[in-house]
Amino acid sequence: MNQIDSASRAETFLSLPPPFLRWFADKGWQPRAHQLELLSRVQGGESMLLIAPTGAGKTLAGFLPSLVSLTGRGKIPPGSTFTGIHTLYISPLKALAVDIERNLMKPVGEMGLPVRIENRTGDTPQAKRQRQKLNPPDILLTTPEQVALLLANGEAERFFKDLKYVVLDELHSLVTSKRGHLLSLGLARLRILAPGLQAIGLSATVADPMDLQRWLSPQKAGENNHAGLITVTGGARPQISILRTEEHVPWAGHSAAYAIGDIYRAIGETKTTLLFVNTRSQAERVFQELWTINDDNLPIALHHGSLDVAQRRRVEAAMSENRLRAVVATSTLDLGIDWGDVDMVIHVGAPKGASRLAQRIGRANHRMEEPSRAILVPANRFEVMECQAALDANYIGAQDTPPVGKGALDVLAQHVLGMACAAPFDPLALYTEITSASPYADLTWETFERIVDFVATGGYALRSYERYAKIRKTKEGLWRVSNPLIAQQYRLNVGTIIESPMLNVRMVKRNARGALGRGGMPLGKVEEYFLEMLSPGDTFLFSGKVLRFEGIRENECLVSQGYTLDPKVPSYAGGKFPLSTYLAQQVRKMLADPARHASLPDQVRDWLSLQKDFSILPKENELLIETFPRGSRHYMVIYAFEGRLAHQTLGMLLTRRLDRAGLKPLGFVATDYSLAVWGLEDLGAAFRGRRPSLADLFDEDMLGDDLEAWLNESFLLKRTFRNCAVIAGLIDQRHPGKEKSGRQVTVSADLIYDVLRSHEPDHILLEATRNDASTGLLEIERLGDMLSRIKGHITHRPLTQISPLAVPVMLEIGREAVGGDAQDFLLAEAADELFGEVVATVPRVS
Amino acid sequence: MHRIAHAIAALPDNPALSARTVINGVTAICDPLGGLYLPDLDILVVSDLHLEKGSAFARRGMLLPPYDTLATLRILDAIICRHNPKMVISLGDNFHDRVGSALMPELFRQMIEAMARGREWIWINGNHDPDGTVSLPGSSADELHYADLVFRHEPAKDAPAGEIAGHLHPAATVTRREKRVRRACFATDGRRLIMPAFGVTTGGLDLRHKAMHGLFDRQSLVAHMLGRDRIYSVKFANLLG
Repeated sequence: MNQIDSASRAETFLSLPPPFLRWFADKGWQPRAHQLELLSRVQGGESMLLIAPTGAGKTLAGFLPSLVSLTGRGKIPPGSTFTGIHTLYISPLKALAVDIERNLMKPVGEMGLPVRIENRTGDTPQAKRQRQKLNPPDILLTTPEQVALLLANGEAERFFKDLKYVVLDELHSLVTSKRGHLLSLGLARLRILAPGLQAIGLSATVADPMDLQRWLSPQKAGENNHAGLITVTGGARPQISILRTEEHVPWAGHSAAYAIGDIYRAIGETKTTLLFVNTRSQAERVFQELWTINDDNLPIALHHGSLDVAQRRRVEAAMSENRLRAVVATSTLDLGIDWGDVDMVIHVGAPKGASRLAQRIGRANHRMEEPSRAILVPANRFEVMECQAALDANYIGAQDTPPVGKGALDVLAQHVLGMACAAPFDPLALYTEITSASPYADLTWETFERIVDFVATGGYALRSYERYAKIRKTKEGLWRVSNPLIAQQYRLNVGTIIESPMLNVRMVKRNARGALGRGGMPLGKVEEYFLEMLSPGDTFLFSGKVLRFEGIRENECLVSQGYTLDPKVPSYAGGKFPLSTYLAQQVRKMLADPARHASLPDQVRDWLSLQKDFSILPKENELLIETFPRGSRHYMVIYAFEGRLAHQTLGMLLTRRLDRAGLKPLGFVATDYSLAVWGLEDLGAAFRGRRPSLADLFDEDMLGDDLEAWLNESFLLKRTFRNCAVIAGLIDQRHPGKEKSGRQVTVSADLIYDVLRSHEPDHILLEATRNDASTGLLEIERLGDMLSRIKGHITHRPLTQISPLAVPVMLEIGREAVGGDAQDFLLAEAADELFGEVVATVPRVS
Repeated sequence: MHRIAHAIAALPDNPALSARTVINGVTAICDPLGGLYLPDLDILVVSDLHLEKGSAFARRGMLLPPYDTLATLRILDAIICRHNPKMVISLGDNFHDRVGSALMPELFRQMIEAMARGREWIWINGNHDPDGTVSLPGSSADELHYADLVFRHEPAKDAPAGEIAGHLHPAATVTRREKRVRRACFATDGRRLIMPAFGVTTGGLDLRHKAMHGLFDRQSLVAHMLGRDRIYSVKFANLLG
């Protein structure tokens, strides 16, 4: 079906039930074109994807088909036979489901529609959940995890048999994660339970809408099934600028401290400002520095994911009542919740992705007709270029959202167990159902069988667990759960968001005798691995304060007032985004094209022209490598522009290769833009003498054996394995605060990984782990694309001293943070070094 | 991981960098594979094997890899070959649960039988396996007094000098340039010694944990940490809490 014309839109409008027409008339409103088109096409039987900017009336559009249909149906008279839910609304955030309930109840109430709307989240009391099962509402608002739980229940068939529509909000943010994979499998099951089901997806702009259109529609080999698409363009063009400052823009770093004065002035000139930053440590730092100069005592608050819930709720409430002048926030505020009258967004640090920037800017001024106002504050000179690139992209509407990706195997294992918990399943029927979900459309029967085997007995070649099987095949050939405890265990572990173990942070005081007191104020939660890096007495920034680490008691981290302005451990890395491939390409383009330098601030322009005189500016598809001596060492700087994670992986692999070539590399450091490697040998001379040649050094074969060898020693892979093992149901999720006291029934995923890898390296869970690592943490695919792109385009500039372009990455040397995922391998390195120097006389015995 | 790899590489004539210590006058050698060899008595001590831990979890619905027993036994075999002792003492928590030894696959049983051939084998009972072992060579006991030493699973608070125990899975942490490294260790002050856990899927408890309080004279306490292919001995004062 194609787009409908204005005549049929008018017809659709007039066919609205009387209460709707009256309501629109009373308000003096007209339904928007896309709302009517969506209604008409859904009534025509299509599943639909609506792409629209914030403030375009997406929510009403998504619910209009349900409200009209329910109004036509009328109230179910008491005493009639059981009626299941009519519409299922799924959002990525609990808060959003609650918010929507409020927003939807208003028009429903005003129109007097006979519609019952309720939400169901992890916070819904048990009694209400029970009642919802016995007497379902017409519209249920919920989250993906709750859908999985409802589907794994024996009552699922009855509960969902009358389902007409499923509305998926913020679909763009749901589909690309494992959460989206699980939800796609849930949707496939919903279509089996309610064969006429139509899906309505609501999304912000994405790079490839067809990805989402297919996701919404059942897939079948040889058919090109996809939902219809309505795209709402327009909205006022946002007014975005890059902060122009008199201050010196730093070469490196992420704090943007130079701009605090300018930011503070901007806050003073607007009603309410949202300040976005990329990491929690940045949020803490910016918040602290704003308050240092807050002479007018403007109400400025802090909001990030590790703060105590009560504290976050207070900030949210103050925000919606317009009592705050500014909030410093991380991604916790990214999604479409209404936040009062924000009239300005300031983005500190580069946005790392064009789509992320567009969504964050959409937070200002929730009305489509008025332009959003935003200021970008680059933290260093490379970020100035990145901000300019993102700004250009936002004007031309370029999008760099990640693709949906191949369905993860650990998620599949969880789903298979869930389906067995619902009812015994026929493997062929379930396989057909699963492959109708677009992320799993290419799943082979062989892999499916291995997953079923994994769920049943662990899938080990040494078949010793037959008697402990979780699911068993009946005489009729159906798989069923072995006992009810398995279903209970499944319910406790459902979901794909694996929190790394967190400890409560509690503020305590020392008593007169110097002992630590009990029961101070809770400040929030912090990852266990971060605390493992601290020694008592270390100071760090958290919750806007400098805290002194005192120690760990049970599952609490005890801290006291820091009495210093300069925390010793600066980095509490939470949520770092890598530079998107699209923006990286734009930055390379900008660098290569002197005509575009005109739009950059003087400081940056001078820097680039200095580089041109001193060395060269690399062309768009050229890889520039500079080598130069400095002090007693020799450096090579690689300008790859592929993001920190990919550079980190490249750095690991390059140092292995250089080591093998006898060049004795000593270390490396990676930024989003470049990578520096150093050692004792003259690297430049070695490359010129082809010992080895740069072409050989950067050959794609580094992703073969070298990668394999490194991965096997890597700590990163262990962390990935832990997540896969929990999602796949191999080990239980640790529920923070619910651990048993005393002797805990825990088992270390690291140790399991070692044993499994040494005895069954081809196990399906190890395969799942490698798949994850190569797309996620290590960005191996991205690195592979780069290596093939630069083949034959490597330019080597041997220099006698450091070049202007190399300054930022050189400044990072010695500054690397002690926390964060990516530093784990350094730990291993340090271990070897340390053990080499440890004391003790060690007699040789045999 | 390194223990698994090195056990496979270890040969009887392949020397290991061990640490020599003295417990109540008896010489003891801490082997990096995780066992304690007493050369004067020709006894090899291992502790907390936690065999069949994987299947113990499987019985409760967590299908952990069934290879932990195999991996532990391979390391045990390597260390027995290295020292060829006349007696092996396994200091309790030999199996992860009570039914472990009874339900153990035949293959593993045969491996243990082969290792025990030509030597004495004592299974000390632990809190995980208080009822002793079933159908395995050797004999079971709650504790064993031998020479000037006492072998038991749980260290006693007021034990006289010469106690060798397990149970606590001691581990120690060292830092350097803000990087931490944690490893299982033998912990001894010369009066008593607590063994590291030998099983491959056993975790560790830090020497500064309150369960360790009062067991050692901290002035003379040394952690003999298990390194890749050698023991690293660090004084308690140099460890991190």
